[in-house]
Amino acid sequence: MHPAPSIIFFTVFSGLGFGLLTFLGFGKPDYSGFTAFIFFLIAYVFAVGGLVSSTFHLGNPRRALKAFSQWRSSWLSREGCLAVAALTVMGIYAIGVVFLDTRWTLLGLVGAALSLATVFGTSMIYTQITTVPRWNHWTTPVLFILYALTGGAFLAGQTSIAAPMLLLLGVFQCVYWIIGDKLFSASGSTIETATGLGNMGTVRMFEAPHSSKNYLMKEMVHVVGRKHARTLRIIGVLCLSLLPYLLLVMPPFYHLISLLALLLHIGGALILRWLFFAEAEHTVGLYYGKR
Amino acid sequence: MTQLPTHTEKKLGLVIDLDTCVGCHACVISCKGWNTENYGAPLSDQNPYGADPSGTFLNRVHSYEVTPDEGAAMTVHFPKSCLHCEDAPCVTVCPTGASYKRVEDGIVLVNESDCIGCGLCAWACPYGAREMDRAEGVMKKCTLCVDRIYNENLPEIDREPACVRTCPAGARHFGDLGDETSDVSKLVAERGGMDLMPELGTKPVNKYLPPRPKDDQIDILAPFLETVAEEPTGFLGWLDKTLERIG
Repeated sequence: MHPAPSIIFFTVFSGLGFGLLTFLGFGKPDYSGFTAFIFFLIAYVFAVGGLVSSTFHLGNPRRALKAFSQWRSSWLSREGCLAVAALTVMGIYAIGVVFLDTRWTLLGLVGAALSLATVFGTSMIYTQITTVPRWNHWTTPVLFILYALTGGAFLAGQTSIAAPMLLLLGVFQCVYWIIGDKLFSASGSTIETATGLGNMGTVRMFEAPHSSKNYLMKEMVHVVGRKHARTLRIIGVLCLSLLPYLLLVMPPFYHLISLLALLLHIGGALILRWLFFAEAEHTVGLYYGKR
Repeated sequence: MTQLPTHTEKKLGLVIDLDTCVGCHACVISCKGWNTENYGAPLSDQNPYGADPSGTFLNRVHSYEVTPDEGAAMTVHFPKSCLHCEDAPCVTVCPTGASYKRVEDGIVLVNESDCIGCGLCAWACPYGAREMDRAEGVMKKCTLCVDRIYNENLPEIDREPACVRTCPAGARHFGDLGDETSDVSKLVAERGGMDLMPELGTKPVNKYLPPRPKDDQIDILAPFLETVAEEPTGFLGWLDKTLERIG
């Protein structure tokens, strides 16, 4: 799949923002007043910035409001509704924490649950796509939620939670690849089932229907980016998980080192989200003799 | 509403005969010709006369080579457009309700004034039947020429999809695949019409008729025909001998 920058930015930063909101809803860190305001500001800038970025890849962003209407069937619509609900509830909760020095515990818990549900909604947009077997698996929502919780714990300054989460995320990311690499073959779709000609013999693309790339090939048959996939996986996991973990647990602990670890983590997340799309093979590639 | 109807009154669709298709792409051109100036936004081209032309098409013809375990390989031309699936995954993913499947005839359509151009339906389609129009930013797909098949301003013979009407080989057929007594249903039953990627559970309405097995012998009469003279006679014979003598 084509790794569109707006979608990479959207999924990474809205994930971080809603991850932080989840921790804030649980009252971690337990600040009030201006310090709490800064935490909520970061969470809203990331979450809303990510959502706004997602509209940049739309053909007709002026009609974006219509996307809230089909929550009965569409995960994209559900994700939008959940995001608005989470941001509204957490906004009311933030007023209490920042201005009234009051923590409405129940409201915070509801907001945290809605924030996590939003991340789940984002992950389901990809998980529901049966035509991309690598995504169409229960490990995709787990991966997205782990990303959000790890980044959220990090941003919330919860080092004791963030450090083990970083390792868990790194391990799970590797598990995701080990499982994911086998899923396309396991799905049973081949050029033979795609053309229905399998019982006559082996099928090979003889002539493409068009001489240069079309929308389908640009959007769904993105094979160029996979060239460096192995190297990027290693660099990505180092930045996402291992290096920030070492920086967090090795003394001395300074805020500056913590910031460096956070930047590495976000950089790693961006690289690996790029790979999440670039490595995803769509069944339409079979019609072009590709995967 | 992007929930799929539980039942459609008809299942209008195409039956494509892979035995008969000659790969001339006439259906591609007639489809583009009709649909660029009728239902919805035009089918735009980007850089059409440049080095890297591309454009929106609702129908494309691939060509494949099939090699059996024994015997000669054969070429199969393979037209591909929307299959108007009964369980259309493109419809349910749509966040705005722009994509829908009609209850009256089962045609899958896009209401372009509701489409935000997010492209998720194109991702959800296994067959690559939907293409985003780069100029208009809305999703385009085969409408089964909904503006022809019910159009009483057209002569009756033209009230079928443009691709079917134009096919010079008669490889494309249009009708109600939900009605067992229809010509298309009989054709599918007779020729073993098949679904594309049935493992994905989309239940396509359009069916493909597999190529018929080829005869081993090219022409059964050939062995009985008089042998063509191998030695030239007359003037050509004299010329042949003379040239041989000189050379």
